[in-house]
Amino acid sequence: MVHEDVLDNGLRVLIQEMHTAPLASVWCWYRVGSKDEPAGQTGVSHWVEHMNFKGTTNIPRDRVKGIIEQFGGYWNGYTWIDQTTYTETATRDALDRMLFIEAERMTNCLYDPADCESERTVIISELQGGENDPDTLLDQELTAAAFKAHPYRNPTIGWLSDLQTMTRDDLYGYYRRHYVPNNATLVIVGDVDASDALRRVTHHFGGVPRGDIERRPHTREPEQLGERRVTVSREGTTAYLKIAYHAPAAADDDFFPMVVLDAVLTGAKGLNLWSSFRTPPPQRSARLYRALVDTGLASSVSGGVVPTLEPYLYTISLTATDGTSLDRLEEAALAELDRVRTGAVTDAEVQRAARQLRARLVFENDCITNIAHQLGYFQTIGSWRTAETLRDRINAVTREQVAAAAAGRLTPANRTVGRFEPLAPHRASVRGGDPAPAAE
Amino acid sequence: MTTAIQRGLAPVRAVLPNGTVVIAKHSPTTPAVTLHASVRAGSEFDRPGQPGLSHFVSRTIDRGTATRPAGRIADELDDRGVSLAITINRHAMWFVCTCLVEDLDPILALLADVVMHPIFPREEVETKRGEITTLIRQDEDNPATMAAEGLLADLYGASHPYGRRPRGSVESVETIDAAALRAFHAERFRPASLSLVLVGDVETGRAIDAAGRALGTWTGAPPAASALQAVAPAASRRVRVIPMMNKAQADIAYGFISLRRSDPGYYACWLMNNILGQYAIGGRLGDRIRERDGMAYYALSALDANVIPGPLTIRAGVSHDNVDRAMASIDEELEKFAHEGPTEKEFAESRQYLIGSMPRTLETNPGIANYLQTEEFFGLGLDYDLRVPALLNAVTRDQVLAAAGRTLVPSRATAVIAGPYAGQIR
Repeated sequence: MVHEDVLDNGLRVLIQEMHTAPLASVWCWYRVGSKDEPAGQTGVSHWVEHMNFKGTTNIPRDRVKGIIEQFGGYWNGYTWIDQTTYTETATRDALDRMLFIEAERMTNCLYDPADCESERTVIISELQGGENDPDTLLDQELTAAAFKAHPYRNPTIGWLSDLQTMTRDDLYGYYRRHYVPNNATLVIVGDVDASDALRRVTHHFGGVPRGDIERRPHTREPEQLGERRVTVSREGTTAYLKIAYHAPAAADDDFFPMVVLDAVLTGAKGLNLWSSFRTPPPQRSARLYRALVDTGLASSVSGGVVPTLEPYLYTISLTATDGTSLDRLEEAALAELDRVRTGAVTDAEVQRAARQLRARLVFENDCITNIAHQLGYFQTIGSWRTAETLRDRINAVTREQVAAAAAGRLTPANRTVGRFEPLAPHRASVRGGDPAPAAE
Repeated sequence: MTTAIQRGLAPVRAVLPNGTVVIAKHSPTTPAVTLHASVRAGSEFDRPGQPGLSHFVSRTIDRGTATRPAGRIADELDDRGVSLAITINRHAMWFVCTCLVEDLDPILALLADVVMHPIFPREEVETKRGEITTLIRQDEDNPATMAAEGLLADLYGASHPYGRRPRGSVESVETIDAAALRAFHAERFRPASLSLVLVGDVETGRAIDAAGRALGTWTGAPPAASALQAVAPAASRRVRVIPMMNKAQADIAYGFISLRRSDPGYYACWLMNNILGQYAIGGRLGDRIRERDGMAYYALSALDANVIPGPLTIRAGVSHDNVDRAMASIDEELEKFAHEGPTEKEFAESRQYLIGSMPRTLETNPGIANYLQTEEFFGLGLDYDLRVPALLNAVTRDQVLAAAGRTLVPSRATAVIAGPYAGQIR
């Protein structure tokens, strides 16, 4: 059972007791992500997230290391298009420490100018590490092409020139505007007593003043009027193909039919951004797997419908098998998608997809960290109560709804096709010795 | 024979009459069961001239059995929402999946069939050959993989089981046919080379009975034992550059040959590695290269103490113009650690962390299954989770200092840099 409270300053608190292990997980969520960034400051949400691990007024920089590890704990954070979040999971006696850290993070981060500069190069390194991967590079280009107006077009990590020019004041100003209790949700799940946990939350957060939440008016993405295409040509060894369709937001009527449709096409992933994609989906009988991987045209296929606040993308990703041309792969992929669009989804496929999704919901709720994630995640895009209805919502999906989602979404005019065409690598010689190890 | 431990994880271990080991742990958190089967059929057993053979088997073994065509296997798994992951390491092939409790018997029967009776149909083998070739090509375009595999090749020699690429090469994969796959299976897949771990909401007795029904009829003599040769650590420093000028960032893999898992010095080395490149964000290396120098998104170390002395590897991804600085920072940190050892505070905190993080490591069914399988592989005993705190508490700071002094010697380091780097690093 989830206990919900809202403090006087607007902080929403969700607590769920789970006594399966002597652990507690805390997540602090902010309704701010890359879609909220002004021009010239793409990547600021993510950079701010990094800065918020670098000490506070009451946690000196040199005391950050080990502050949660002393309790056998783990901490992390992530930024995406709609939200930024921070998490700690540790032994239950660390609850007070975890709440202290999150209250400090909300109010007292330092933003030392030298730390801001040092982190600039760390983030550029993160960006360049991503660019080493052709698939990541193509995904970035594809998303930018699919959205011509909505800020979902920008990569969460930001564009390089913005990362090179943003200032400490840009970062700090953004932090102060968005890190206020009435823009946050605090989630606690684990071996805790709910009323005791709430008392501790009030102690740590009750005195934090509410702020003015500045909501930028968001541009709506105009309807796409025809297929878009983007090609990335760079040195590489492998060809990649991506096909993206504008997809429903989590609150839209055809969201769950679209989730089932994705399971029919590429196998069920579940709906937990933190855990679902870490385990490969059951996909060997999925439509696109059978049409493209079993036939040897692609070495892998993946897809995913992710719950978002506003309509995002449903992207299918394919790796062309060595020797298969992108034209041939694209033709086969679009032919299969057309078959699905024109009504070939069967009752058996929909039932299997629903069974897979129900099983995945069980598997992805196997620890307090994942359960706490879901409560907070859904609160940032609507309501945490959605997380409790996922099974019912999937069960309620009919074949007709899936067919309608396919007919409405998988149209040529709604898609953007991205191709990574590898150019022959410049073969440079390998320098250095070829040492021969000695046997012991 | 059945052995049980009453405290801690308290798994139950049984050896079936045919030699198969079954380990069960009742965990009622979710109505699911994780199955983790390990067969002593890793890449160390690749036939001469056919590197990548074990990996090829792992990609094809579930593509048809004597009684189940590939499509039926796919349907039986997918209908239950089950994804069967088959992976290899140097020593073993792992079959891991999680299913709902109600599906345990049919999934166990399917897993047993895949392990015991694969037929490697020719058309499936050809399709998978294309996938494997693509994976190898992708590896060749990945600086992180090229640096890591290059380091192991330089540490152990490119033909040693610890040094060769687990997927083989495009050329070696071309030479592997269905007959070679069947021969490998016949040679390595025997009842006594299998250990099966079941963790989930099933009573241990029922889990072991179910395993007995699925695997008890399997017969065969134990396979040949491993004949791995240890390799002596390098006597001098070696640095190699793999230019990949089309990439945005360079990856550094820097390392040493360390020690066996069974070495009495393992626990001091475990602590040393945690302090050096794990604790919080990448230990001392993360502090220096990421936090202070701002050079890398990731900088860390990993210890792979194994059947023979395995590698201790340091990794960092840096801009091409920071490669020299990053290498110098690694050298400096190692020299300092080897000379001074950990501070009392570092030593105490790391030890506390390694002990205190066990409940989190053992929270989920897959986490427990992985732990029990590792316990079985290295013969650590069913009560290992209970003994770990005492084993770590017995380590002294001087022992960590000594481990660092023996291992972290930059003048004997081997390093590989892959990426857009045109410098002359030594």
